[in-house]
Amino acid sequence: MNDLWRGLSEAVRLIVSLDAALIEIVLRSLQVTVSAVLIASLIGLPLGALIAVNRFRFRRATIALLNALMGLPPVVVGLIVYILLSRSGPFGVLGLLFTPTAMIIAQVIIITPLIASIAHQAIRDLWAEYHDLLISLNTTKRQRMATLIWDSRRSLLTASLAGFGRAIGEVGAIMIVGGNIDHVTRVLTTAIALETGKGDFGLALGLGFILIALAIVINLTIHTISQTERGGRW
Amino acid sequence: MKYFLLTIWFGFLLHSAPLAQAEEMRLAVTTSFHNSGLSKLLLPKIKRDTGIDVHLLVVGTGQALKLGRAGDVDAILVHSRLAEDAFIADGFAPYRREIMYNDFVLVGPETDPANIQNATSAAQAFERIWKTKSPFVSRGDNSGTHLKEMALWASMSSDTSSFTPDWYRAAGAGMGATLNTASAMNAYVMSDRASWLKFANKGALKLHYSGDPVLFNQYAYLPVSDDKHPHVQGAVARKLENWLVGSVAQNLIGNYTINGQHLFTPNGQ
Repeated sequence: MNDLWRGLSEAVRLIVSLDAALIEIVLRSLQVTVSAVLIASLIGLPLGALIAVNRFRFRRATIALLNALMGLPPVVVGLIVYILLSRSGPFGVLGLLFTPTAMIIAQVIIITPLIASIAHQAIRDLWAEYHDLLISLNTTKRQRMATLIWDSRRSLLTASLAGFGRAIGEVGAIMIVGGNIDHVTRVLTTAIALETGKGDFGLALGLGFILIALAIVINLTIHTISQTERGGRW
Repeated sequence: MKYFLLTIWFGFLLHSAPLAQAEEMRLAVTTSFHNSGLSKLLLPKIKRDTGIDVHLLVVGTGQALKLGRAGDVDAILVHSRLAEDAFIADGFAPYRREIMYNDFVLVGPETDPANIQNATSAAQAFERIWKTKSPFVSRGDNSGTHLKEMALWASMSSDTSSFTPDWYRAAGAGMGATLNTASAMNAYVMSDRASWLKFANKGALKLHYSGDPVLFNQYAYLPVSDDKHPHVQGAVARKLENWLVGSVAQNLIGNYTINGQHLFTPNGQ
């Protein structure tokens, strides 16, 4: 219990003193995760729409697979990305291992199925509503997908934010492919793991509280900017 | 608005992309080197004297050797003679260079139920823990500390695979995490002295046994062979090696203390 109070006071101290090391790892956490969310959304949202609108042979199996991949174990993703990017692996020549880029790659793999699954769910419901209208207007598949994505943008925002939530708190994969190198690939979660290893629970918890606060602030900001929950726009 | 934010974001990305800097190298080190606080002392001095930005990967000796074999790091700093010799024999490093040493200590519950503080040798201390089946936490991660512990169990011809988990727990974690586990379980644990002194969550644990020459813990620096992995920064790794065995580094290592206790004895030449 004592440790919890020390964690809180440590968090306050770090924020109030604008600790340079803290700001650096917070910015890097955001850089990695926001990049991963943008890329994963660019892949996952159209993918969700594609599956919702198209009828194809293995559709059910694809949806089931996508849902299953939502639970992809980060450690395994990290290990596979590590082996692929290692100097003795197939993409070793790129020299990407232990860089923020490698961390972004791992996170994109982890959150794309999540974003695509939620997007598919949201778009499928809207598609049931829009189906007759869009067919009668003789729209192309591309136009239908674009319309559905635009009109369900608020649900899709939830999909992206769910991806953000999973990525910002993830430690297993980015520890392996990033290596937790100070000033290069250290982010909030790997720093917390490191401080826990040193037995410095106060600092570890302090960083943990900052991570949680960060996630809340980001979500509030996004919701404010995109003006959800405004009167008449439920 | 959206495009505006995106533009800002990509500007931020480009800005924070690593600029082509003077010299960088990747060094895989054992957790004890980092957890002791020594790396925090040395890295800025390395930067000042040689201009090298050392990117530190803090892992166990087993993983450090693995990273070296794959060519993912330029050099390693580890402490397990047998594993190092095998690494060199396989051609992954041309040689090993001794930098410093410290020693392993046996830490356990305040009451010392196995009575190891009066043991005459490390082997005897281990035997007493084994005979009394006192809870013991092992690293269990193929690190240098773990290999040393295995060698000590083997010296009294006990096979750790026959140990039952009711007293022998393999944590499969780094030194700090293993100490956390031991602290929570109030169990015996073997640690390097530096990690133990610096550890902040000692709980009811106390140092009970140290001093047997068997517990001597030599750290060595192995540059990864640039014949085996041509992309390795051989020249930079040699520059760092020369600095580590030089008088500046050796003095810094020798004078590093926590609570008035010396942690490492430099013996690089």
